[in-house]
Amino acid sequence: MTAYILRRLMQTAVLVAVMSVIVFFGIHIVGDPIWLLVNPQMDQKDIEAAVRALGLDRPIWEQYFHFVSGALRGDLGRSFIFGEPALTVILQRMPATLELAFTALVMAIAAGIPLGLYAGLKPDSWVSKTIMAGSIVGFSLPTFWVGLMLIMVFAVMLGWLPSTGRGATATYLGITSSLFTLDGLRHILLPAFNLALLKFSLVIRLTRAGAREALQQDYIKFARAKGLSPRRIVGVHLLKNILIPVATVVGLEFGNLVAFSVVTETIFAWPGMGKLLINAIQSLDRPVIVAHLIIIVLLFVLINFLVDVLYTVLDPRVRIGAKAA
Amino acid sequence: MSVVGTHGEAEIERPPTGTAAAPETPLRRLMADYFESRLATAAFVLLVTIIALALLAPLIVPQNPYNLAEVDVLDSRLPPGTKGMAGYTYWLGTDGAGRDLVSAMLYGLRISLAVGVVSCLIATVIGAAVGLIAAYVGGRTESLLMRLVDLQLSFPAILIALILIAILGKGVDKIIIALVTVQWAYYARTVRGTALAEMSKDYVEAARCLGLSHARILFRQILPNVLPPLIVVATVQAAHAIALEATLSFLGVGLPRTEPSLGLLISNGFEYMLSGKYWISFFPGVVLLATIMAINLVGDQLRDVLNPRLKR
Repeated sequence: MTAYILRRLMQTAVLVAVMSVIVFFGIHIVGDPIWLLVNPQMDQKDIEAAVRALGLDRPIWEQYFHFVSGALRGDLGRSFIFGEPALTVILQRMPATLELAFTALVMAIAAGIPLGLYAGLKPDSWVSKTIMAGSIVGFSLPTFWVGLMLIMVFAVMLGWLPSTGRGATATYLGITSSLFTLDGLRHILLPAFNLALLKFSLVIRLTRAGAREALQQDYIKFARAKGLSPRRIVGVHLLKNILIPVATVVGLEFGNLVAFSVVTETIFAWPGMGKLLINAIQSLDRPVIVAHLIIIVLLFVLINFLVDVLYTVLDPRVRIGAKAA
Repeated sequence: MSVVGTHGEAEIERPPTGTAAAPETPLRRLMADYFESRLATAAFVLLVTIIALALLAPLIVPQNPYNLAEVDVLDSRLPPGTKGMAGYTYWLGTDGAGRDLVSAMLYGLRISLAVGVVSCLIATVIGAAVGLIAAYVGGRTESLLMRLVDLQLSFPAILIALILIAILGKGVDKIIIALVTVQWAYYARTVRGTALAEMSKDYVEAARCLGLSHARILFRQILPNVLPPLIVVATVQAAHAIALEATLSFLGVGLPRTEPSLGLLISNGFEYMLSGKYWISFFPGVVLLATIMAINLVGDQLRDVLNPRLKR
């Protein structure tokens, strides 16, 4: 296990290094950010001073080494726009994004597993067919358009829920989140639902496929032959085995939700890191873009790693040995 | 499939098929299978209609929405069904710049479809080539290529697209590059998987024994047999590409203002939505949705029809 973790860490380091090179050098090909940052009326001397202050006058490889030596000390550069360290700017917005993605994931699972289970157990009923047809719609709907429609119906036409921003936050058990206040819950409902819809169909389909497959297995037949109640068969024997693939995929999807929250955050003006990335791309705020991507890559690797570990806990047949990659 | 004789496959004698009335060709059988489902038939008809509308847009719509002489700013943000200054009715209303929404939508549809289809085709060619080569060559090349595929597929498409856009900047060509980069890995993985299965079959062995060139075995023998799953992936990915382009354009990092796809139209309408002018975003969204749904449903049915294991 230790060897496995070490190996994963090394792979991560290589991956992050490669990503930083690609993004850092790639981003310097497009546009010169200095023209977005200085007033065009400023005289040449002041512009040059600004360029020097930001380190933009040095050759790119030197800028890169400066960046790497800073990054190793936890300094990912200063945002051109905010004038604060890029890392701080991003970390400030991270809780909002994680909170949104987490709520969406919980919503998708809470609604998806029962529906998928039903569709898998009674594949021929019209309810199941409706569920499956609905899940195709869920797959096809572009997130941003659904978000607009949610705003239109629930915020503009009905006026039930606020359409933009994050609500009041409260601290409970050392975690500050808007989930602990009523205002916060009202604000998160629409964006989280919007994001959840993306994974909702996936959870339904996975659960259904798992249930249908498991029903053919001997252990279910055996449980039936033993005379166990259908509720126990489904609730214990079936669900336990379905949960393995569902947990894996859903875990991997958490990263996906964080990435896709870019869209939801833009629509609902949610003050998270996704919206920050879009703004940074539009304003050529290089340090923020680079830092953002490095953090996302780390987040992804972490999630993949946790899912692998979780997998071994859920399925004793899978054992991560030193040999397995 | 066809066993190659010493004379080469062109001279293979075809078995007598009897009358020419209705020989059961594979295509005919596929079509019969496909149109068995009413939903799939409806989706196919819808898709053909959408494509036809996009292709014929300049002939059917009342105005060219990007010819400033034909657009009247005084007509901006009119609700659906209003009669405009130019004398015709705006059935779906007008947008913020006074463009007839029907016209703007069909022109936008052209751009959305074109970007989706072009990126999908390029990605198919690249992905299929990589997949075939990986399966055929094997060894280090294969594991390297597949590592790359796995690595890429472990990141969400939108993230990769955003990174590329951040690096490349805006523009139609750049969006296509981003979409191709996002997609090729899906094709490569599918093609490699199927090609590996095909390579263990006797006909490939036979072709090798005949001393056919590698290129010929790859492209004439194996490629036709990996086409069915490739077609299915291509359909689903075309829908993804269209949705992703719309998303990027909506976020303001996709196509430039001069090439307004459906996503950009929806984005333009967003600012008016909160004041209740829903139609500017709503109708382009419906068209986008119909397109994506139709492609997905067609793809779903193709998957069933082309999969011999599901043959009834």
